[in-house]
Amino acid sequence: MTCLPGPGGKKLGLVIDLDTCVGCQACVTACKEWNTGGHMAPLTDIDPYGGHVDGVWFNRVHSYEHITEMGGRTVNFPRSCLHCETPACVTVCPTGASYKRASDGIVLVDEDKCIGCKLCSWACPYGAREFDTDVGVMKKCTLCVDRIYNDNLDEGDRVPACVAACPTSARHFGDLGDSQSPVSQLVAERGGVDLMPELGYRPTNKYLPPRAHTQRAASVAAPALEPVRAEGGFLGWVDRMLSS
Amino acid sequence: MHPAFSVVFFTTATGAGYGLLALLGVLGPLGLIAPDFWPGFVGMGLALGLIAAGLLSSTGHLGRPERAWRAFSQWRSSWLSREGVASVATFIPAGLFGVGWIFLGRLDGWVAAAGILATFGAIVTVCMTGMIYASLKPVAQWHSPYTLPGYLIFSAMSGCVLVNALLQGFAPGSTILPAASVLLTLFGWGWKLSTWRHNDQLEIQTTANTATGLAGGAVRSLEWPHTEENYLLKEMGFRIARKHGSKLRLIAQALAFGLPILFLLTAFALPWPFAALLSALAAIAQFAGMLVERWLFFAEAKHTVMLYYGR
Repeated sequence: MTCLPGPGGKKLGLVIDLDTCVGCQACVTACKEWNTGGHMAPLTDIDPYGGHVDGVWFNRVHSYEHITEMGGRTVNFPRSCLHCETPACVTVCPTGASYKRASDGIVLVDEDKCIGCKLCSWACPYGAREFDTDVGVMKKCTLCVDRIYNDNLDEGDRVPACVAACPTSARHFGDLGDSQSPVSQLVAERGGVDLMPELGYRPTNKYLPPRAHTQRAASVAAPALEPVRAEGGFLGWVDRMLSS
Repeated sequence: MHPAFSVVFFTTATGAGYGLLALLGVLGPLGLIAPDFWPGFVGMGLALGLIAAGLLSSTGHLGRPERAWRAFSQWRSSWLSREGVASVATFIPAGLFGVGWIFLGRLDGWVAAAGILATFGAIVTVCMTGMIYASLKPVAQWHSPYTLPGYLIFSAMSGCVLVNALLQGFAPGSTILPAASVLLTLFGWGWKLSTWRHNDQLEIQTTANTATGLAGGAVRSLEWPHTEENYLLKEMGFRIARKHGSKLRLIAQALAFGLPILFLLTAFALPWPFAALLSALAAIAQFAGMLVERWLFFAEAKHTVMLYYGR
């Protein structure tokens, strides 16, 4: 059923550190690479070598300029499914294809039941769902449900592909329903936030805002360059001759 | 939002069809329509035809239409599923009402009861359609107190203008229905104008700041994650130039409200064949105008996901 499960203990999700993300897109390609052979496979590409490339991706990294009174800074912003606690994408589904797992809170799509009405993508404020025009069904992030419980992988690799790929450890995976888990403590310590909290979807994934500006940046010892003063006399004449 | 023609036609056609069905379902049992063959055949044929054409058109929007039957299962949580259940359930009393009227020539007893049930089913179905849009929080122009009454008003308006055209053709002389058509069209016009004014003055809480979690200051999109248009931009990022928007609003108003009122008022002063012709023209103009209105309903709606793209 597309009715939501009651409040459960376990809430698996991601914590994304906007302070350390460098926008390298490694998580984007790692996600595509794993998931095009995974639970929601394939992540179809339409016209991949042509002029109008299109295709299904679960994870996109935007770049923003955040301008405040402290100055401007570039913020790289990975955007993927937040596995909300009250996901309207699930409750609007007329067929039962969309569901939220009671055991760990992961929001999934049963591709065999999806009729491709696209209403779930309208109901998601975050743009987490992308329609596969080739297969005719909706697709979305699975939190790598086929990795995190996979006994064939080394224990250290049982994390979503995006988390495993991140070279700056800007992505963290864990149980956000347990207040003692490392991810929950990280959120508490760094003041992690919900996206669009005013809409009431109660996202599980949290974003850690960039750290405040500090005065600890390296100071430059050399004086700033000054324009060369016009010299008079012989040297001035040589300078003018050589400059002309 | 992308105005897919299948969905624009679906909501317009079923709105008019359910409005017509709802009115036939009460006007017949009330004795305001005689239980004759032709008004019943054309009226019920038009109502059920518009509904069926709309429902068929909506399946054109689906990626996997062969699985559409699954959409009847999640009525406990989904307005779309409830709409599917209500629309199919309404066919049962509507079918019985049509059979009793057209083939048995009666509009009393169980036929009247079926008519009242069909009216009830039609109203419920239009409410379900309205709630599909009114319940979507990411689209502020839809998640508004104007959406559900709008669907009901436009359904009643289109239905009344249609039933008036029908009766002017078969049993002229009534002044109640032309007057009701003019009044409902005026009401619909007023409702649309106040809806547009409300939407134009919306102060939306969700901003690029809350979308990215970056508090304070300004958040400006530097670079998109992709160079070509993706599904989100095609489906949710539809944009019409502002000058076209205002022109289309004028066209919608002229066709859906202005011309029908003019035709209906002129019809008062004219004898039978001309009055009937003008009443039919009013219904046709209004249907075309409602298609433009519904196109704008989608095209002018903005989805929160576009905040991530700086739009």
